[in-house]
Amino acid sequence: MNQSQSSTSPPSSLFGAGRSTSTVFDEFVSDKGQTRAHWRTLAESLERLGPHELAARSENCRRILREHGVSCFTTQNGRGVDEPWRLDLFPLMISSAEWRSLEAGLIQRARLLNLVLHDLHGVQRLVRDGFIPAPLIYANPGYHRACQAAAAPTGGYLHTYAVDLARSPDGKWWVMADRTQTPPGVGFMLENRTVISRVLPEAIEAVRPRTFSESVRLRRETLRRLAPRNQENPTIVLLTPGPRNEAYFEHAYLARLLGFTLVEGEDLTVRDRRVFMKTLEGLREVDVILRRVADAFCDPLEMRGDSLLGVPGLVEATRAGRVSVINALGSSLLESPAFLPFLPGLSRHLLGEELQLPSVATWWCGQGRELTYVREHFEKLVLRPAFTLSGHAYRPAEMSTVERAALLEMISSRAHEFVGQEEVRLSHSPVWADHHAESRPFVMRLFVLFDGVNYQVMPGGIARVLREPKLGSAAVPLSGLCKDVWVLPDADHVDEPATSVPSIAPALERTASDLPSRTADNFFWLGRYAERLENVVRTARCAVGRLSDDTAAGSLERIRALGQMLTRLDMLQVADKAPSPREALQEEVLALLHTDDRNFGVRDLLSRIHFAAFSVRYRLSADTWRILNRLEPDARPRPGRLPLVFASSMLNTLVLDLAAFSGMEMENMTRGHGWVFLDLGRRIERATNLAQLLRAVLEVGGQTGRLLEPALEISDSVMTYRRRYFAEASVSGMLELLLLEPSNPRSLVFQITRIEEHTRDLPSGAHRDGVAALRRRVERLASELQSLESTGFEGIPSAESADFLERVIIEMGGISELLTQVFFSHVTPQVN
Amino acid sequence: MKAQLFEITHTTTYEYHAPVTVSHHLMRLTPRSLSRQRRLDHVIEVEPTPAATTRRTDYFGNDVTFATIERTHRRLSVISRSQVAVSPAFIPDTGETPSWETVRGLCRVDRTASVLEATEFTFASPLVPVEPVFAEFAASAFEPGRPILEAVTDLTAHIHREFRFDPTATTVSTPLAQVLEKRRGVCQDFAHLQIACLRALGLPARYVSGYLETVPPPGQTKLVGSDASHAWVSFFCPGLGWIDVDPTNNLFPSMQHITLGWGRDYSDVSPVRGVILGAGKHDLKVAVDVVSLECEG
Repeated sequence: MNQSQSSTSPPSSLFGAGRSTSTVFDEFVSDKGQTRAHWRTLAESLERLGPHELAARSENCRRILREHGVSCFTTQNGRGVDEPWRLDLFPLMISSAEWRSLEAGLIQRARLLNLVLHDLHGVQRLVRDGFIPAPLIYANPGYHRACQAAAAPTGGYLHTYAVDLARSPDGKWWVMADRTQTPPGVGFMLENRTVISRVLPEAIEAVRPRTFSESVRLRRETLRRLAPRNQENPTIVLLTPGPRNEAYFEHAYLARLLGFTLVEGEDLTVRDRRVFMKTLEGLREVDVILRRVADAFCDPLEMRGDSLLGVPGLVEATRAGRVSVINALGSSLLESPAFLPFLPGLSRHLLGEELQLPSVATWWCGQGRELTYVREHFEKLVLRPAFTLSGHAYRPAEMSTVERAALLEMISSRAHEFVGQEEVRLSHSPVWADHHAESRPFVMRLFVLFDGVNYQVMPGGIARVLREPKLGSAAVPLSGLCKDVWVLPDADHVDEPATSVPSIAPALERTASDLPSRTADNFFWLGRYAERLENVVRTARCAVGRLSDDTAAGSLERIRALGQMLTRLDMLQVADKAPSPREALQEEVLALLHTDDRNFGVRDLLSRIHFAAFSVRYRLSADTWRILNRLEPDARPRPGRLPLVFASSMLNTLVLDLAAFSGMEMENMTRGHGWVFLDLGRRIERATNLAQLLRAVLEVGGQTGRLLEPALEISDSVMTYRRRYFAEASVSGMLELLLLEPSNPRSLVFQITRIEEHTRDLPSGAHRDGVAALRRRVERLASELQSLESTGFEGIPSAESADFLERVIIEMGGISELLTQVFFSHVTPQVN
Repeated sequence: MKAQLFEITHTTTYEYHAPVTVSHHLMRLTPRSLSRQRRLDHVIEVEPTPAATTRRTDYFGNDVTFATIERTHRRLSVISRSQVAVSPAFIPDTGETPSWETVRGLCRVDRTASVLEATEFTFASPLVPVEPVFAEFAASAFEPGRPILEAVTDLTAHIHREFRFDPTATTVSTPLAQVLEKRRGVCQDFAHLQIACLRALGLPARYVSGYLETVPPPGQTKLVGSDASHAWVSFFCPGLGWIDVDPTNNLFPSMQHITLGWGRDYSDVSPVRGVILGAGKHDLKVAVDVVSLECEG
């Protein structure tokens, strides 16, 4: 038996430095200076590993999170930033006895809030009987009148619920906030456990904390049963506000884990009071919507008209009872901190029970006596908005006399918009800080799920580590350092496998009706823009090469020809009579690389790629996402280097990045419909670019000979050409190689063949005529190419070849348009 | 006095600059049945024909029609035809009404159904902020102890005197504080302003959407705002119920006002609200025609 397990042992060396002061509760060490019993097994396990190993494990933890692409989207200085998820190496321990009481308290609270939501969205007896003051409802922006009398799903309003808890110095837990609408964090909690299980297998093995596999299975089952019809095989979607939401990672994660389709508002449409998903196979009726879009934004027709995140007609569809929305629309109402002081009375009234888990002491200023109390104890309290979790917290104790007077004035004029709350001095828990443990304050979020009959608390949670021992906004942010919460099993608890959070691959589409059209659309444009960027980069690289190397006589003519060709390609503008063609071309090429607002310049294409990729992010592997994320930093200008020298190295890097991306695309992506559209985009774009390049070469009068080499270089076919023709470059040789050579992956015939293959893989169920028309167009072009093959380009006047190239460009545009028409109903709603 | 019969035709036309594939519309175009207003006939014609139409009662008791159009269209027209019989409004003597402070006090404590329902209209709503500046504007009318009807009558006259009807001065999205500053606006602005004043004093006030008789009887002047849908205010008087008042015309609505419905402000009762799928701008035309028929016996 290890000595540290004896009850008199002092805290160990590893945690010795991590002691907190006596004014707060220490989760790890008791008042008597001993390691608390429920931490001992963990502490021993960590001690055994030692600080060096722990540092390595901590680094490993960061690496895995990075690899999994776990992030939280935040806005910093007005700019969206993908902040890496930070997970502390040390879990937070909860003893089984403590868990039992938390669990009971949470379940009671969930039952209570569900009943209150029912009443407030129906007869409002609680208001009439005086248990809830009228202004708390009627002045509350979270009271959505359109949701009144809308049908709640079976079992009620509250299906997922989270509570933020804090522990005060006397060891008591207090509820800081009820999250009744779309509580974020479950996905992150599951991911945390997956990662920690890999990083600290010894500790998991020794402690055997309770696991979540049962909760996940239950969740899937429960949501299935909520379908108003079609319970055998319901269509369940997770409605996300999109990639710019802070919790987008977990939306994608949960959709994959639970096997639901991740959709945005645009992917859904209401027809005849039913909700449908727009898929590649046409409209597919949706039975259950697990929403992460807030009440106010769910339906621009009946709620906030300026919202583009929701689905017009959704409220009406819920009234018709054909779709279940989880949590029910309107459930944000109870997130108002002003409800907290009324819960004990409501619990006695509705449940006939005392409220087990207390809320932080709160006074709603909308009541006379309470307002007086808040005024009299002003400096001891925190003032927060009464109706919303977000929003500023005022601490009069930290304010100047003038500020205090202004605050008092504001509270007097709009009393019902404020609550006064007691400050809870948060408890501390050990946190791994590089080479030692530190004691830091935290709040803890726990999750409750409805199983169709009862509420169940997920045995774990997320602890958010804070810098200061007090809460800013009542809405605890998702970003920042967090901890996994380990709940110790009861003695009689049946063991489950320790690491049973299933690991998940990028989302699969089993059939075309699983793929929202918008997603396919984004894949298509990701392919097109990535290819277009490669074309611009290769073209610019060719120009930079000529500008740097050509010093010999006659090079000026080459530069001039190149300038004319690029102008003809619309990539840049060099005047024919430019006095110094070299400088003019250099200036324009650099602008193409570095100017932000240059249409289809490098920076513009990068942002287009980012936008398209962001929208299909959860269908890309983490590596692919990482490669795409490298593009922008790699293209950033670095001051202090010679412009051409830098441009050259930057372009080389981008060529490699793009090659890595297309490599991932070929070797790493499942050949589903997403991939088909990605590759279609790439092939159509490549064929267009090639035809434009060759047409420009032929049309730049009298310079064709000087442009053969650049053209071969831009189309990455110099090696192939040399292998095939030993002679000097000739126009007909180049055209044959780039148009007709089936073994050249850069040739036109190669692209057309691929496009033809893909049109055979397109889902045609709902769009038979459109797909047939598409195939006809591609086949016609393919047969024209074939007839060219028999004659070859020898002796064909360049004007005739240029005509053919013109047709290719027009046809590619037509095919792209037809694809858009048939598969992507790309329309944005407008409110009037 | 006999009831007056009206035939109302309310036409709303949208011309879209680009084709619209799907559109959803909420229409609050059905006149409410009230003690002094009987709805005799009513129909809404939508072109193109909706794929689905449902009718229900909204939170405030107004009839609302929900329609979805599922075929591509460039033009949408909504024609609402109603036949309504209107009887005179009952306006009590000012002396019969309680002081405005009494009303305010009652709304704070009384939880009987009718007072509770009224209390809901004492708070800020999406288009009507409740700020001290509105209470200041109303202060001269609301002297201590004054009967509420007298004070409201005075406030109505005050708004009518101080403000100019000017359709070019504001849009639907002009903030109320700006209306107050500019002293200009249309019926909707004046209604919102008066509501803000009453609510800032702690009194319930709601927004009424409706129509005015277009062509006045011989010898009477045409009322302002009669060429489109109109808006006015209703305030609460315990024991007597809701009393309508029209700040745009400085009068108590009676035989020339037809009520469509009410809410906290315009956003609750806009006659036609829609979400369209399709790009581009649109042109909107609204025409209201109110014809008085022979009096009922």
